[in-house]
Amino acid sequence: MSWETVIGLEVHVQLATKTKIFSGASTAFGAEPNTQACAIDLAMPGTLPVLNKQAVHYAVMFGLAIDAEIGKESAFERKNYFYPDLPKGYQTTQLEKPIVGRGNVEIQLADGRTKNVRIHHAHLEEDAGKSLHDGDFRHGVSGIDLNRAGTALIEIVSEPDMSNAEEAIAFAKKLHSIVTSIGICDGEMSQGSMRFDVNVSVRPTGATELGTRTETKNLNSFKFMEEAIVKEVERQVDLIEDGGTVVQETRLYNGDTKVARSMRSKEEANDYRYFPCPDLLPVIVTDETIEELRRNLPELPDARQARFVQQYGLLDYDAGVIGSDAGTSAYFETAAEKSGNAKLAANWTMGELAARLNNEDLSIANSPVSAEQLGGLMTRIADNSISGKMAKEVFEGIWAGEGSADEIIEARGLKQVSDSGALEQMVADVLAANQAMVDDYINTDESKRKKKLGGFMGQIMKVSKGQANPQQVNQILANKLNELL
Amino acid sequence: MHNLTIAELIKGLQSKEFSSVELTQHFLDRIATMNPGYNALITVTADQALRDAAEADRRLAAGNAPALCGVPMLHKDIFCTSGVRTSCGSKMLDNFIPPYNATVVENFEQAGAVVLGKTNMDEFAMGSSNETSFYGPVQNPWDTDCVPGGSSGGSAAAVAARLAPGATATDTGGSIRQPAALCGITGLKPTYGRVSRWGMIAFASSLDQGGPMARTAEDCAIMLSCMASFDEKDSTSIDQEVPDYSATLSKDVQGLRVGVPAEYFSEGLNPGTEKAVRAALAELEAQGAEIIDISLPNTGLSVPAYYVIAPAEASANLSRFDGVKYGYRCEDPKDLQDLYTRTRAEGFGEEVQRRILIGTYCLSAGYYDAYYGKAQQVRKLIQQDFERAFATVDVIMGPTCPTPAFKFGSKGDDPVAMYLEDIYTIATNLAGLPGMSVPCGMVDNKPVGLQIIGNYFDEARILNIAHQYQQATDWHNQAPEGVTS
Repeated sequence: MSWETVIGLEVHVQLATKTKIFSGASTAFGAEPNTQACAIDLAMPGTLPVLNKQAVHYAVMFGLAIDAEIGKESAFERKNYFYPDLPKGYQTTQLEKPIVGRGNVEIQLADGRTKNVRIHHAHLEEDAGKSLHDGDFRHGVSGIDLNRAGTALIEIVSEPDMSNAEEAIAFAKKLHSIVTSIGICDGEMSQGSMRFDVNVSVRPTGATELGTRTETKNLNSFKFMEEAIVKEVERQVDLIEDGGTVVQETRLYNGDTKVARSMRSKEEANDYRYFPCPDLLPVIVTDETIEELRRNLPELPDARQARFVQQYGLLDYDAGVIGSDAGTSAYFETAAEKSGNAKLAANWTMGELAARLNNEDLSIANSPVSAEQLGGLMTRIADNSISGKMAKEVFEGIWAGEGSADEIIEARGLKQVSDSGALEQMVADVLAANQAMVDDYINTDESKRKKKLGGFMGQIMKVSKGQANPQQVNQILANKLNELL
Repeated sequence: MHNLTIAELIKGLQSKEFSSVELTQHFLDRIATMNPGYNALITVTADQALRDAAEADRRLAAGNAPALCGVPMLHKDIFCTSGVRTSCGSKMLDNFIPPYNATVVENFEQAGAVVLGKTNMDEFAMGSSNETSFYGPVQNPWDTDCVPGGSSGGSAAAVAARLAPGATATDTGGSIRQPAALCGITGLKPTYGRVSRWGMIAFASSLDQGGPMARTAEDCAIMLSCMASFDEKDSTSIDQEVPDYSATLSKDVQGLRVGVPAEYFSEGLNPGTEKAVRAALAELEAQGAEIIDISLPNTGLSVPAYYVIAPAEASANLSRFDGVKYGYRCEDPKDLQDLYTRTRAEGFGEEVQRRILIGTYCLSAGYYDAYYGKAQQVRKLIQQDFERAFATVDVIMGPTCPTPAFKFGSKGDDPVAMYLEDIYTIATNLAGLPGMSVPCGMVDNKPVGLQIIGNYFDEARILNIAHQYQQATDWHNQAPEGVTS
């Protein structure tokens, strides 16, 4: 029997607000535990929430980016459950009246197709703190870090419109691209800025009814998400084919050990006893606010990719790779403007730079080579001051903090020799010093002579310490040898 | 000095008839002698009070003293006081010292008031007799075998016993007005949103409202002018200018339309209470008011609706008391579940646990619509009752509670009988209206309260009416035996 997979996603996006959704405490990542939690975040008695206006604006911006209905009057509710990293014993979230209603996200697939994924809604809520269990903190003791408690989130809930891991990943990446492009999230997956819950079910191909789904929670990398989906689909199919049934449950996937396990079944699920939060008024978003946010909405990834093709003459693929990421796009554009050579800037941004950043696990925002510096390097490649090989050496120098391309070229004496008089002399000297090679060249069958050129080139590069302009040398060498024939 | 009103004390302090230190010491002495009997105070802050009094005397001498400079006051132990234990009448918070002030506390501090201590109350303000306090019951100064009412029983008894000229209190279903009536003092619950809830430990957030207790309407006006404020830290606080409530006290009541709801003179009303209230109405009629019979047909539904909504909100509000962050924690919890279960079973008293259970039940899956949903509909109907009534009358009057003070333990075994104690006061909380209780007679040598309910933000008018009534009557000057000397 053949099976088809149905996938829906719930995505938690940490909003890039400076302070928390209901308090004035900082949201900066990486501070000492419990140093960024104020009385409100600690749920001290008598404290009250005050809604962060910026969080509301960010949520509306997301709604506008996916062409969704904006909830002009949304409301907060309390979701009740006990856990030590949930200080109030309830999470303030939205249920009945979310701020963002139905919308659409178009995804691009590897085979060139596009697909529409419907968004059911997106709502505002607060994040919980972190529980640090045995080993994370101290042996035999669990610790609680409430720095994250109260961080503003939007939870984006998709319809079950994806039918394999590729589509789910494409959707997740597209969301990442959208939220970083409009600047509402820093997109730092490793810091938990985006977290994915994946609902997966399988059914016989062509069936209309959905199978029983499981939810795998809290995946924070595209790679883990893909692995988790593939494994879960396999597990469900195997289970059913062996005569079993899928149980509705919440699951966890450990990306390090590659092991998935059940966290709790439906029966053990909490009754969250949602009810409207009496401490917060309904959130009213006026038409004026919506229009102002729409006017100021930063460029969306699809529009940007189209522009890169048109404005810089990039290939669709290259425009897609660069244009999907806001940081990379800004970097590329700066380098392209600075050098006046967009093609080179694109190639280096996607190639050498991306590879190096990837190796060092750095984001482009933290790149040791600035966009201006890369642009300077591109300028020197474009005007033939340095060869491609030298450029890699210069790039390493910039990476190591030795200065700009021009400074490094100067300091290391890397300037390419493009003076034709000097190159002619160099070629002549090498030919004179290697009469045997010249004879060999002349005596070789014409069809095979081209291969012999490399030997002369090696000699010339040696003499010039690699600084001879290879294209020019090639030309001069060919001319001179032809004269000898 | 303890027989002087706040208005008289302000004059005395400003004309240097006595100093704040003398006054403060006088009240502290009374508290030291008399409070062990009444148990009206949980915490006495004698040292701080004397320091603040000395500072007040310096400001009085300098001639730039604010409104309440040097006047001794008490705060209900539900208002957080920075550096001073704030217990909310519960074992759960017996060790809790907040690092912040409630806005109400802050406002009195700004006005120069001297805080003598914190008053006893029903645990988490849940009770109508002050019998649920972890610190033991408060005695009614009029009859020490009787309850003072609740939940602000400590504040009411302290003012009646002249341990302080005024005290703050809170009212969720009658917790200011009912103890004011039972202790023969004057108390006002303002419009919901008039007084900030920041730092006021939440019982039922959509109903809780702070207000003043004193011996006269004039004093309540002085206190409310200081207590009320728009507060950005409380999202439900209303941004409306606070009038000078003292300025409008002397207007006459000529032509005032007083609505008297038939439902407030129902079965269960003590005949002596009814007689006293009718006499008060006759007095106002004599002053030129027009008495109009009205109907608030949904009054009977207010108690059941309240006992769904208030416990539902409380069940979430009290989830933060989990033994994790502050407050009581059980000994040697063996795991998380044990920590939660025993902390809450040992830290909360019976009535609090009862209401958490009721509220949790009402919000549970499958019961929400039948209970919480229905109660919210009833709440709307009750609001509409009042809206209709205020289309034809200026204020509504009736008894504050059905009987004078009852004996300790007499309703302890019957929660429903205790809940009916608030039958005339609860509807105003559900509607968010201001209500006041003014002494209007005696039954069996125990005081009776007249309730005056105003339209939204009509505190100035009800204070004015109460003041005019007190100008013509002497009930507010009656004192329990032994407290005037």
